[in-house]
Amino acid sequence: MSSDPTPLKPGNPKPWNDPRVRSVAFQLIAIAAVAWIGYSLFQNTISNMESRGIRTGFGFLNETAGFGIIMSLINYNETMTYGRTFLVGLTNTLLVSGLGILFATIVGFIVGIARLSTNWLVAKLALAYIEVFRNVPLLLQIFFWYFAVLGTLPGPRQALDVGGVAFLSNRGIIIPKPVFEAGAGWIGIALIVALIVSLVIVTWARRRQAATGQIFPAFPVASALILGLPALAYLVMGRPVGWDIPTMGGFNFSGGITAIPELGALLLALTIYTATFIAEIVRSGIVSVSSGQTEAALALGLPPRRVLRLVVIPQALRVIIPPLTSQYLNLTKNSSLAVAIGYPDLVNVFMGTSLNQTGQAVEIVAMTMAVYLAISLSISLLMNIYNRAVALKER
Amino acid sequence: MNKTIITMGLAATGLLAFAGSTQAATLQDVQDAGELRCGVSNGLPGFSQPDSSGNWAGIDVDTCRAVAAAVLGDADAVEFIPLTAAERFTALQSGEIDVLSRNTTWTTTRDASLGLNFTGTNYYDGQGFLIKTALGVDSAYDLDGAAVCTQAGTTTELNLADFFRANDMEYEAVVFDTSEASAQGFDNNRCDVLTSDTSQLAALKTQLTDPDSAEILPEIISKEPLGPVVRQGDDEWFNVVKWVLFGQINAEEYGITSDNVEEMESSDNPSVQRIVGTSGNMGEILGLDDDFMVDVISQVGNYGEMFERNVGPDTPLGLNRGNNALWTDGGILYAPPFR
Repeated sequence: MSSDPTPLKPGNPKPWNDPRVRSVAFQLIAIAAVAWIGYSLFQNTISNMESRGIRTGFGFLNETAGFGIIMSLINYNETMTYGRTFLVGLTNTLLVSGLGILFATIVGFIVGIARLSTNWLVAKLALAYIEVFRNVPLLLQIFFWYFAVLGTLPGPRQALDVGGVAFLSNRGIIIPKPVFEAGAGWIGIALIVALIVSLVIVTWARRRQAATGQIFPAFPVASALILGLPALAYLVMGRPVGWDIPTMGGFNFSGGITAIPELGALLLALTIYTATFIAEIVRSGIVSVSSGQTEAALALGLPPRRVLRLVVIPQALRVIIPPLTSQYLNLTKNSSLAVAIGYPDLVNVFMGTSLNQTGQAVEIVAMTMAVYLAISLSISLLMNIYNRAVALKER
Repeated sequence: MNKTIITMGLAATGLLAFAGSTQAATLQDVQDAGELRCGVSNGLPGFSQPDSSGNWAGIDVDTCRAVAAAVLGDADAVEFIPLTAAERFTALQSGEIDVLSRNTTWTTTRDASLGLNFTGTNYYDGQGFLIKTALGVDSAYDLDGAAVCTQAGTTTELNLADFFRANDMEYEAVVFDTSEASAQGFDNNRCDVLTSDTSQLAALKTQLTDPDSAEILPEIISKEPLGPVVRQGDDEWFNVVKWVLFGQINAEEYGITSDNVEEMESSDNPSVQRIVGTSGNMGEILGLDDDFMVDVISQVGNYGEMFERNVGPDTPLGLNRGNNALWTDGGILYAPPFR
């Protein structure tokens, strides 16, 4: 290069030559451009829809919906608003996802541990279960449970009878509904007291064991409290809970609580499908714990079940939690396949019927997407907090 | 790097500008493309259903073929796009299709708030109930407590709720996203009753495992005028789609069929002459060729032929003309004059 007579001076370059100023400036420009594009898209959509005479805005949420929904956890009828249908769909989605996550976790942990069993038959059965259900598309499994299994149950007039109080038919499971009379509140209070006392006992037992090494049978005592106290309250208050037993009338049973077959089929399919992935995650987590840990624990004289519970699983959880979170997210998102069999989840009720009756696709799709995003981010957040709690703490 | 940003910025601006100018002349677009994009049902016998070799047939399909014959001179220049009930309006609003002909009920809300226009009625229908004969119910007023299968996103769902509420009866709505799925639910005994437009019930009944195990109840609980739909704000195209159907109805009224349309071109009747384009300039003022109805009638037929071929007494659906007969025959089919 040709020589420049001026020597390079350190410090205070011109702002447009300062790498820090430049990098910040470019990032600001990039953010502004993205915001502008987003804003223009929004404005463009709104003005185009207005020019075509398509109604926009969220006013429709206050209008009467006028259609029925088969299952609702909150009070709903045809005279309520579209906003209410959104809540009905949302609670139904949360119900099936919550139950699905609970059952899939239980089944997944059991199968994952069974997969590592020294019993050849148990291990191979777990392997077969995983390989079959993991490799069949979920939608097919939903159809299988809905049409091939639950659909072949007898009709309500020939319902399978469980002790004359609960009935199983192709309209779902109908169980008696508790009717709370005056004084029933004491049972609830008893339950809460039992839960608090149990928590205290468990904490105390753990402290005592850490300090003295003595083991207190906290689990049986707590169980007895939780079951016993409300039962005692029930008897003392003169049995204030009655039962509304379903009776056959006309087309179907009336009274009782009905769990519709759509919920059953969706829950079965989601649980069984997701549990296979959780089982593999659990297995990989357990295998990742060095065998030296197990051997050391056994050498100390711990029985095999305690080795698993106290030594292996706490360490395995560090490996298990992050991929488990994505399975929970998958399960929640997969629950939108409900629309295929008519379970009234958010996608079916709100993005299906409400969208079609109002025609406000942009608003409704945006709201639905925002809900799934919010649910997923909440699950992620909770799991991240839990992960931090079980993560390896370096002292 | 900076160049990339600038290029991308320009591309994005271009995209936005493009998105801003989708308000277009559909007639010109269809003629330029040489093909009509028509939204139909994803499988409803008699209305729109593909046969084993993939050719679409049905009264809704023929309505589109008639428009293609009028605009392009070829009834086969149609791309059929199957849509579920929930997808149909969005597909039309977004310009994915030129005409929606998918057994769609004409209602105030749809006409006024979706940015759409209904061009007419190609089938006057009404909602009814299909019930298992074994239940021994012979009136819709005895359905208290029944589980009812229906399709999501239809006027049916709303009429159903209105009917049960008005008569102070309870029901359980089992809602599926396609009409096949709702029929399958009914077939599997998930519900006691299947509700839909009676023409659809006739079609779905033929597909049950045992078609004789179910019957249609006599009550008709709603008015369902079904017809083609176009986007609002393109009056030229609105007129074309509207007058092709009116032309077919007028053709039946004046006895012009696919068999005699050639002879009719030498007819002395001024009304017939205007339809076949030998007098007047009906085609020109609509933006088409003056003999556009000759293409429509020779390739698709008049309204009566369209009805008989797809849903009439000689088809599996076996429907009578009923309300869909011409006003001169005791029906309510009455097209404005072609003049």
